[in-house]
Amino acid sequence: MSAAIDYLLHLADNALVLGQRNAEWCGHGPILEEDIALSNVSLDLIGQARMLYQLVATLKGGDATEDKLAYFRDTGEFRNYTLLELPHHGPLSGYAHSSLDYGTTIVRNFLYSALMALLWEALAKSNNTDLAAIAAKSLKEVRYHLRHSRDWLVRLGDGTDESHVRVQASLDHLMPYTQEFWAHSPAEAAAVKDGIAVDLNTLKADWDAIVDAALEEATLQRPKAGGYVPEGKNGVHSEHLGFLLAEMQSLARAHPNGVW
Amino acid sequence: MSANVDAAWAALEDLADPEIPVISLRELGILRDVRVGADGLEVVITPTYSGCPAMSQIEDDVRSTLLAKGISARVVTQLAPAWTTDWMSEAGKAKLHAYGIAPPHQTPAGSNVVRFISKPAKVETVPCPHCGSAHTVESSHFGSTACKALYKCLDCQEPFDYFKPY
Repeated sequence: MSAAIDYLLHLADNALVLGQRNAEWCGHGPILEEDIALSNVSLDLIGQARMLYQLVATLKGGDATEDKLAYFRDTGEFRNYTLLELPHHGPLSGYAHSSLDYGTTIVRNFLYSALMALLWEALAKSNNTDLAAIAAKSLKEVRYHLRHSRDWLVRLGDGTDESHVRVQASLDHLMPYTQEFWAHSPAEAAAVKDGIAVDLNTLKADWDAIVDAALEEATLQRPKAGGYVPEGKNGVHSEHLGFLLAEMQSLARAHPNGVW
Repeated sequence: MSANVDAAWAALEDLADPEIPVISLRELGILRDVRVGADGLEVVITPTYSGCPAMSQIEDDVRSTLLAKGISARVVTQLAPAWTTDWMSEAGKAKLHAYGIAPPHQTPAGSNVVRFISKPAKVETVPCPHCGSAHTVESSHFGSTACKALYKCLDCQEPFDYFKPY
C-alpha cells in the first residue's frame, strides 16, 4: 500500500510541478498560439495530477484530500523530478528570475513527454486498475504534448543560427538532469516489485530512439549526460522548488479549507 | 426504479455540452449510463481531457436537469474505458460540422508510441467546414479548448476549429 502511495505521489508531483511551471507562460507566450498551447498542456498535466492525488487520497483514507496533498506538503515531501521544477530561463540568460526562454521550455517538455509517452503506455497495463485507467487517458494527452514539443524542437534547432545556438545550450543544460529518470529510487523499486510500476530502465532504449531521431532532425548534438545525478524523486530538490511552491500554495494556505 | 431510468435518459437526451452547446453530452459520448445503484439512481459520465474545466459544470448540469424533472441521482465519474472521440455519434459529428467545427477523424488503429513519434502517421486532410475545401493547414495543435486544434482554410481564408481525435 505504501509503495503504491509513494509511487503515485511521484507521478502526481511530476504532473503538478510541470503543469505549474508551464502555466507561467499564460499571458506571456512568444505568440498567441503558443500561449494557448502551453496553457492547454498545463491543463492536461494538472488534470492528470488531480486524478492521481484523488487516488492517493482514497488509498490513504482519513482526512486526506487532493488539495491537502497539493497545497499543504512542503519541499522535502515532493517527489517530482528535479528537471521539472527548474525555471524557464536557459543557461544563456543567467539566473534572472524573469527571463523566460522558450527553447528551455520546449526542450524540457520534449524530454519529459518522450518519457511519459512510453511510461503511460506501460502503466496502462499496471496491476493497479485505477492507475491503469489514469495512464490510458494520460497517454492520449501526452502524445499531443510530445508532438508539440518535438515539432518546436526541430523548428528551433533547424531554424536560425540564433535559435539553434540557444536551443542547443538549453539541451546541454537540461540533458544531465534526465539521468534521474534511470537512477534508483527505493519507492520506485518497491512499486515495481509489487507490479504497480514498471522498471524505467526497460524503456530507456525506446526513449533514446525517440530523442536521437528528433535531435538528428533538429540538427542538434546530443550532449553527454554526466555529473551530478539529481534526486528530486527522493525528496532532495533544487532551490527552485520552494519558490514555485510558495507561489502555488499561498492562496490555499491563506484560506485553509476554503472551497469555491 | 426502471421507470426512473427511462425518465432520466429522456430528461438527459438533449442536455447540451456547456462549451459546444450544439452537441449533446450523449452524442459526445460523455454520458455513458443511467443505472440503479446501491443508493438509488446513478448517472455515469466519463471525462474527456483530464484537465477539461467543463467537467464539474457537466456534473452540475446533469444533476439540475434531473432535479427539474423531480429525479434525484448521484453522478458517478468513470475513467475506464477512457473516453475516445470514436464514441461520438454520426449525428453529433454532423452537428459539429454545421456549427463550423471540423469533426474528428477516426483514431488510428493500434498505437505504437515509438512509431507514432519517429515516423509521424500520414497527416490526414481536414476539410474546411465552411467551404468544403481540402486545402487547409494547421495553425496550432491546440485551440480554444483542450479538445480542439486550430486550422486555417487556404481557399476561403477562414480559420476554424478541428475536434482532435482522442
